[in-house]
Amino acid sequence: MAGYFKAAPDGGAAIALDKVEISILRSLAVQLLELIGPGPEESQAADDPLAELLIEGPSTPPADPALARLFPSAYMDPEKVPDEEAKRASSEFRRYTENDLRARKREDALAVVRSLDRLTLGGDREAVLKVTQADAKCWLCALNDLRLVIGTRLGVDDDPESELYHLPDDDPRKPLVMAYLWLGGLQETLVETLMP
Amino acid sequence: MEVVSVAPVEIERTESSEAPFDVPFPDVPWVTIVHNDPVNLMSYVTYVFQAYFGYPKDKARRLMMDVHQKGRAAVSSGSREEMERDVQAMHGYGLWATLTQDR
Repeated sequence: MAGYFKAAPDGGAAIALDKVEISILRSLAVQLLELIGPGPEESQAADDPLAELLIEGPSTPPADPALARLFPSAYMDPEKVPDEEAKRASSEFRRYTENDLRARKREDALAVVRSLDRLTLGGDREAVLKVTQADAKCWLCALNDLRLVIGTRLGVDDDPESELYHLPDDDPRKPLVMAYLWLGGLQETLVETLMP
Repeated sequence: MEVVSVAPVEIERTESSEAPFDVPFPDVPWVTIVHNDPVNLMSYVTYVFQAYFGYPKDKARRLMMDVHQKGRAAVSSGSREEMERDVQAMHGYGLWATLTQDR
């Protein structure tokens, strides 16, 4: 897992990925899609495009801490004790925005899956993935969402010397930590190509 | 004559009962606050401040360092509607943002 993004000569970014890396990335992006869940257009309002516009989102934060991190409460300052007004405004904000936000995050993850599915492996079992400037934003957001979800699951904190980074090979968390660090490297190098 | 005298009373009542509740400090701007997060990369946060707000790199970096070191930074200010838009955009990028009235 050593491939990272480089700036492409014709704009955008490129990365060489092998079969295993493609499969891990795709699997993680699909899991993210499953976690975010289907939109109202796929469940409640399949037959009526107008009804979709009228469907309100949820008014309470998701119970899953990883999802709660992806969809924070807009009026809840972590340094203040929430009052009734902050709770009321947060739930109203959530009702009118969370469906759109979920749709956007789904589109970002789908863009990742689609661009991986377009790859053809060469004779060396590798493929070069090219990400255009426009696609780069989807990729950055999806990589970030994945890291937020995995980071929340692992309980990542500000400690650079956390035991998470010194786990023995037989620790069940080890593969997830490796994926987390790898995704961080992908995101970091992709940002660098956008900010010379 | 009756109609004319009734109408203004109704209008006055509407204003006095709703206005103070909805707009407690009408002239005080709202701010979007971004909070520190152990997962988000410093370079990515800087990129978001540049890409979304159009801030120059120096300002974007300074705001990112405030988030990282002080735990929070006010990244934009304006009307409540504008700040709700900014907060939603920050959530779209995966940053942890809230809005509050700056008083």
